[in-house]
Amino acid sequence: MTSQAQVAPLMAPPIDYAALAPLLIVLAAACIAVLVEAFLPRHQRWPAQVTLSVVAIGAAGLALGLYAGNGPAGITTLADSLAVDGPTLFLWGTLLALGLGSILLIADRSVEPGGALIASAASRAVVGGGAGAEGIAPPPEDRSYGTPGLAPTMQTEVFPFTLFALAGMMAFCAANDLLTMFVALEVLSLPLYIMCGLARRRRLMSQEAAVKYFLLGAFASAFFLYGLALIYGYAGSVRLTDIATAAVGTARSDALLLGGLALLVVGLMFKGSVGPFHTWTPDVYQGAPTPVTAFMAACTKVAAFGAILRVLHVAFGDTRWEWRGVLWAIAILSMVIGAVIGLTQTDIKRMIAYSSVAHAGFLLIGAISITEQGVSGTLFYLLAYGFTTLAVFGVISLVRNADGEATHLSQWAGLAKRSPIVAGVMTFLLLALAGIPLTSGFTAKFAVFSAGLGDGMAPLVVIALVASAVAAFFYVRVIVLMYFSEPAADGPTVTVPGAFTTAAITLGVIVTLLLGIVPTLALGWAGGGGFVG
Amino acid sequence: MLLLVLLLLPLIGALVVAPMKENQRLARLVALGFALVELVLTAVTWLSYSVADAASGTRFQLELSVPWIPAFGTRFALGIDGIALVMLALIAVLVPIVMAFSWEEKLPEGRTRSGYFGLLLATQGLLVGVFAATDVFLFYVFFEAMLIPMYFMIGRFGGPRRQYAAVKFFLYSLLGGLIMLASVIGLFVASGEQFGQGTFTWTDLQRMAASLPESTQIWLFLGFFVAFAIKAPLVPFHTWLPDAGAEAPVGAGVLLVGVLDKVGTFGFLRYCLPLFPLASQRLAPLVLILAVIGILYGALLAVGQTDMKRFVAYTSIAHFGFIALGIFAFSTQAFAGSALYMVNHGLSTGMLFIVVGLLIARGGSRLVTDYGGVSKPAPLLAGAFLVAGLSSLAMPGTNSFVSEFLVLVGSYPREPVYTILATVGIVLAALYVLWMYQRTMQGPVRGAAVLGALERGGPGTMLDPGVAAKRDGSGFPDLSKREIAVLTPLIVLIIVLGFFPGPVLDVINPSVVATMNEVGLSDPVGGLSR
Repeated sequence: MTSQAQVAPLMAPPIDYAALAPLLIVLAAACIAVLVEAFLPRHQRWPAQVTLSVVAIGAAGLALGLYAGNGPAGITTLADSLAVDGPTLFLWGTLLALGLGSILLIADRSVEPGGALIASAASRAVVGGGAGAEGIAPPPEDRSYGTPGLAPTMQTEVFPFTLFALAGMMAFCAANDLLTMFVALEVLSLPLYIMCGLARRRRLMSQEAAVKYFLLGAFASAFFLYGLALIYGYAGSVRLTDIATAAVGTARSDALLLGGLALLVVGLMFKGSVGPFHTWTPDVYQGAPTPVTAFMAACTKVAAFGAILRVLHVAFGDTRWEWRGVLWAIAILSMVIGAVIGLTQTDIKRMIAYSSVAHAGFLLIGAISITEQGVSGTLFYLLAYGFTTLAVFGVISLVRNADGEATHLSQWAGLAKRSPIVAGVMTFLLLALAGIPLTSGFTAKFAVFSAGLGDGMAPLVVIALVASAVAAFFYVRVIVLMYFSEPAADGPTVTVPGAFTTAAITLGVIVTLLLGIVPTLALGWAGGGGFVG
Repeated sequence: MLLLVLLLLPLIGALVVAPMKENQRLARLVALGFALVELVLTAVTWLSYSVADAASGTRFQLELSVPWIPAFGTRFALGIDGIALVMLALIAVLVPIVMAFSWEEKLPEGRTRSGYFGLLLATQGLLVGVFAATDVFLFYVFFEAMLIPMYFMIGRFGGPRRQYAAVKFFLYSLLGGLIMLASVIGLFVASGEQFGQGTFTWTDLQRMAASLPESTQIWLFLGFFVAFAIKAPLVPFHTWLPDAGAEAPVGAGVLLVGVLDKVGTFGFLRYCLPLFPLASQRLAPLVLILAVIGILYGALLAVGQTDMKRFVAYTSIAHFGFIALGIFAFSTQAFAGSALYMVNHGLSTGMLFIVVGLLIARGGSRLVTDYGGVSKPAPLLAGAFLVAGLSSLAMPGTNSFVSEFLVLVGSYPREPVYTILATVGIVLAALYVLWMYQRTMQGPVRGAAVLGALERGGPGTMLDPGVAAKRDGSGFPDLSKREIAVLTPLIVLIIVLGFFPGPVLDVINPSVVATMNEVGLSDPVGGLSR
C-alpha cells in the first residue's frame, strides 16, 4: 500500500550563495547572538553583542557590495522563492545602512544611563520583589529598575531581535512568492512586537504600545494570509509571476483576484503605516523606546514598501486599471490624515508618526506608478526618508528632562538658545521632511511626483503637493518653537550624545544633505534594473 | 564664472559672519565688506554685459552651465538678460544700504547683529541665484531656499507679532511654491514627451512652447501664476505682505518688498509669458482685473492705514498692480516700463521703508497718530520722507514717473479700459502720500511719540541707542551723519534715474524685445523707438 515509490525523489533546490550572502550573514549573526546571550556572562554581553551586530552588518554590506559590483542580472533562487534583482539589492543596501544606524542608536548607553531599554530580567526582579515589603511601592511608571548601587545595565536581547527583524525585512522585500513573503512578514514582525515593550522609562505606555502593535499586527497578518489563500484559489500558485500570468490569461471571474489583492494590500499597508491602516503608528511610535522607534520608522517602512512595490509591479502590473482607483483613494486618505491630524499633535514623536503616515501616502504615489521611474523614485524616496527619520529620532532622544525624554512640544521652546547645534540639525531635518530644496526630501518628492505625473496621475500629484504644504505647517511650528520662543525656566536639557548616537545622527544628516545636493549616484543605483519574476 | 562668484560670495560671507558672536563690531564690518565687494563685482558684471550682443539676439550672457542631476535633466545653469542684470544691480545697491541702516539698530533681546547680517547676506546670495538661474529646476530650488533666511529674519528679529507673521509668510510662499512645483514637474514631463528626454533648460523649454497645446499651457501657467501672484503679491493672495512687512525688521523689510517680491513679477516676465504664450494671452484679462483691483484696493487701504509699516506694505501692493498691468498688456513699452518699475519701486519703497524706520526708531511707535509736525525738530528727516513719498507717487522728475508713464502709455493701446482705471490709482497715490506727509510732518509739533511721552523702549520699539541718548537732550533728533550717508545714495539714484533713465532702459530693452518675440505678438502701435 505504500505510495512512496510513485513520488518523485525530492531534489534540494539550487542556491545561489553569492547572491544570498547578505541575508544569510545577518541571519547567522542573529543566531550567534542568541548563543552569546545564553553563554556569556552579563557584563561581557553588551560589548560582544554590539561588536557582533556591527561586524555582521558590515560583512553583509561588503558581501552585497561585492555581489552588486559585478553587475549581475536579476536572478531568482531557492526554487524561485527569492528574487535578487536591482530593487532587491538597492533595498538591501538601504536596510543594512539604516539597520547599522539603528543599532548604533540602540547600543548607546550614555544618553540614557545604561541605554534606553530596560535592564535585564534578573536585576529587575531584585527591586520589584523588594518594593512590596517596604510598604508603599512607587507606581510602576516611576519605579527605577536595576540593582541599587550598581551601574544600570540593559537588555542585550534587543540585539538578536534587531538582527532577526532586519533579516526578516531583507527577505520580505526579496520574496518572490506570497508564502515566503508571509513567513518573512512574521520574522520581521515578532521581534518588533517585543522590542516595542522594552522601554526603561514610561513602562506602561511602552507595554501598551507593544500589545496594540501585536494585536493589530496579528490582524493584519491574518488579512494577508486570507488574501494569499484567495489568490491561490484564483491563480493556482503563490508565485508573483504566475499570478500575473493567470490574471491576464484567463476568463475566470476577477472576484477572487481582486478580493485577494484587497486583503493582501491591507496587510502590506498596515506594515507601511499607510492611512487608514495607520492607527497603531502614533501609539507605537510614542510608546516604544526611541531607538527602537527609529528602527521601526526607517527600516519597516523600507521593507513594507519594497514588498508593496514588488507585489504591485510584478504580480498586478497588468491589471493596474482594475485596482488603481482604490489605491488613489488610499494614497489621498493617507496624505490627508497624516497632514491634517499631524497638525493637532502636541507630542513630537506622535507628530513624526503622523508625518510618516503622510509620507507613506507620497510613497504610494510612486508605488502605483507602474513605470521604471515609479520604481526608482520610490526606492530613492525610501532611502532618503529612512535616513532623515533615523536622524530625527536620534535628535529626539537627546532632548531630556528628569523624567526621560521631553517629547511634549512645549518643552522644545527656545531650544536654539540652549543648544544651537542640536536645534540647527533638527531644523535641517525637519526642512528635509517638509521637502525644501537642497535636502534629500525635495529630491525624493520630485522623483516620486514626476513619476506620478508621467503615469497620468496629475490630480493626485496636485493633492500631494497641497498636503505637503499643510504638513509643512507642523514642521515649521517646531522650528518656530525652537528659535522664536523663549525657553521655559524648567525646560529640558540637551544631553551630550555619546559616540554611537553622534555617529548615527551624523550619518543621517550627511546622507540627507548629499542626497539633496548630489543625488546622481543614488538615483543611478535606484534606477539600476527592474524586477525579475 | 562671474555670476557664480556673485552667487557664492554672499553665501560664503554669511557663513563667515554668522558665527562671529564674540565680536559684533568686527562682524558688521566684515559683513559690510562682503556687501561692498559684491557691489563692485556687480558693477563689473554690468560693464561686461554687452547691450549690442543682446540686441543681436543673444538671449543670455555670462552663461555657465554644468550638468547637475542627469536623471532629472537638470543643469546648474546661470545666465542673465538685461532684466535680470538690473535686478542684480538693485540687490547689490540695497544690501549695503540696509546694513548701514541696521548698523546700530536695536535688536530684540538675545539676538546678535552677526546673526542678522549673516541672514542678510544669505538672502542676497539666494536672490542672485533666483535671478541668474536659467534652468527651471534651479530657479525653483532658489525660489524655495530664499524663504528660509527671510523666515528667520522676520521670526527672530521682527516686531511683537513676528512669530505669526513669519509663519504666515512661510506657509503662503511654500504653498505657492509647491503648486508651482506641480507645474515644474509638468514641464519636465511635457518636455520628455516632446524631446524624448526631459529637460529643464529654459531655452529648450521656450522652444517647446510653440508646440505645447493650449490646455496644457493653461494648467502649467496656473501653477506658476499662483506662486508668482502670492510672491508679487496680487490682490487675493496678498494678505501675508502687510503682516510680514509690518513685523519684519526694517532692513529685512526693504529686501522683502524691494527685491524678494520682485521675483513674482520677474517670474511673470521670464517664465509665464515666454513658456506659456498662448495661456498668457488667454488668461491675461484675469490677471489684468486682479492688477487693477490691486492698484485701487492697495491704494485705498494705504489711505486708511494707522500703522506706518503696514502703510508702506499697502502702497507696494498698489505698485505691484501697475507692474502686473504692464506685463500683461503685451507691448514692448509696457514691458520695459514694468521692468524699470521693478527697479524703481525697489529704490523708492526701500527708501520709504528706511525713512519710516528712522521715524519709528526715534518715536518708538508705529502709529501714524503718534506723530505730528516732525519737520520742525527734524527737517532733514522730513525732507527725506518727502523725497521718498514723491518718488512713490511717481512725481515727474523722480524715477518712478518714467516707469509708471511707460506702463500706462504702453498699456493703453491694447487695454484702454484697464489703463484708464489704473490712472485713478495715481490720484489715490497722491492722496495717501501727501496726506501721510501732512499728518506726520506738517503743522504744530504734536503726537505722543514726538513729544517723548512714550517711554523709551516701550512695546514694539526698535530704538537706536545712539538716537535714544541724544533724545534725552534735544527731544526729537534730526538725521545723524550715518543716516544721511544711508539715504544719500538712494536720493541720488531716485533723482538721477528720474532724469536719465536711458542707461537702465538701454540694458532692459533688448531683453524686452526678445520676450515680446517669444510671446509671438507684435506691438499694437509703434513700440520702442530704440
